[in-house]
Amino acid sequence: MTSFSRLALPGSFFLSVLSVCSPPPALAQENPYFVAYDHYLEEPGNLEIEYLSTLGTQRGGNNFHAFWAEFEYGATAWWTTEVYLDGQTTFRDSTVFTGFRWENRFRPLKREHFINPIFYVEYENKNGADKILKEGEGHDVESDFLVSNAEARKEHIHEIELKLILSSTLKGWNFTENTLAAKNLANSPWEFGYALGASRPLALKASAKRCTLCPQNFVAGAEIYGGLGDRHSFGLHDTSHYLAPVLAWNLPSGWTLRISPGFGLNDNSHRCLMRWGVSREITGFGSMVSRLLGGRK
Amino acid sequence: MRAIAAALAVCTSFLVVSIVLAQSRNSGKPLVGAASKYDPAIYGELQKAPEKARIRANPLQNDPDAVAAGAILFEQHCAECHGNSGDGSHKAPSLLVPEVQSATPGTLFWLLTNGVVRKKMPVWSKLPEPQRWQLVRYIKSLGKSALAAESPAAKP
Repeated sequence: MTSFSRLALPGSFFLSVLSVCSPPPALAQENPYFVAYDHYLEEPGNLEIEYLSTLGTQRGGNNFHAFWAEFEYGATAWWTTEVYLDGQTTFRDSTVFTGFRWENRFRPLKREHFINPIFYVEYENKNGADKILKEGEGHDVESDFLVSNAEARKEHIHEIELKLILSSTLKGWNFTENTLAAKNLANSPWEFGYALGASRPLALKASAKRCTLCPQNFVAGAEIYGGLGDRHSFGLHDTSHYLAPVLAWNLPSGWTLRISPGFGLNDNSHRCLMRWGVSREITGFGSMVSRLLGGRK
Repeated sequence: MRAIAAALAVCTSFLVVSIVLAQSRNSGKPLVGAASKYDPAIYGELQKAPEKARIRANPLQNDPDAVAAGAILFEQHCAECHGNSGDGSHKAPSLLVPEVQSATPGTLFWLLTNGVVRKKMPVWSKLPEPQRWQLVRYIKSLGKSALAAESPAAKP
């Protein structure tokens, strides 16, 4: 990585922090998941900026810190679009920018049902050094990360990822099930994966007073995710799986903090993935852009 | 070179966000525009509530804190589009009109739960049921406040 881009990554993050310092506040009602998705889309016209981070242990190699920024925009009430920028630092190796993703989620049904489907389509343009572990797929295992950054980033990956998200909300609980199919466009077989999640706010009624530490501002739960092999060898053999408690804290100032210690469930998995993230929702972002461009006042 | 280009793209996108926000702050214009024109057709969605939903009673009808809690929730989630006092904006209709104020609590709860996703009203079932009922209490109280403000006794 050049010295310029070494500076550019933290610099761009600093700019993002500056950019979200004082927009109109809105209490984000974020789910706590890092991998699983529920059926709630971004509110139309709102932009959510997120910075998320994963500290991972590596047997037989160097531990790593993977990080990514997400820009999530509610295009309509039934379509959310999102851009990711990914990078990672492997300790005693280097820091590299690992690529970008463009994700779209569509809500096909007009009303709320017991099970609510969401269609998810993502294009990934990344290199082999990507370590954000945003999903479990195929035969991805811990030993894949033993390759040095210099060697791994030579591999360029163009991938299409499809998900069917099935999510329900019952008595304050959210239950979600994600099925994943991904294909590296360089003539690789379809790979499969899953994610399951359950979460609930610590209190269901809102307080009559503004408060930061009220239980309704916290959402706790757990998620489990992993790979299911590929088209030629579907199943659990040579796959990795994780179980992770999750916690989100939605602050009245509009910020959301999330934390999740994840634990590998078999010998192919990293022993521990410590994830955390911070996000900020900017309400009326679409209107701001419209005004800036001379649109409707 | 790829890393440089990508990093430049990151910086540029962040900068665009910063500029847009700075511009919006400097313009001094409110986020919510003038109240929308009254059009009864906008409220047609309320008529689609099934009978079972329509007749549901608000379990927090007698909760003394429900309106205050609903007011905070309204400010956090609804005011951006419906206006701080619920009188509407170019984004979303007024909630002070008779169509809304005469709707049953169950109808309003049903609409909050399902949204009107084809017309930009999001699904609010992400808020737990008690919070949606608190919102319904607050929305209903807006009509009483508006009536009180318009009554001759309230005028100087």
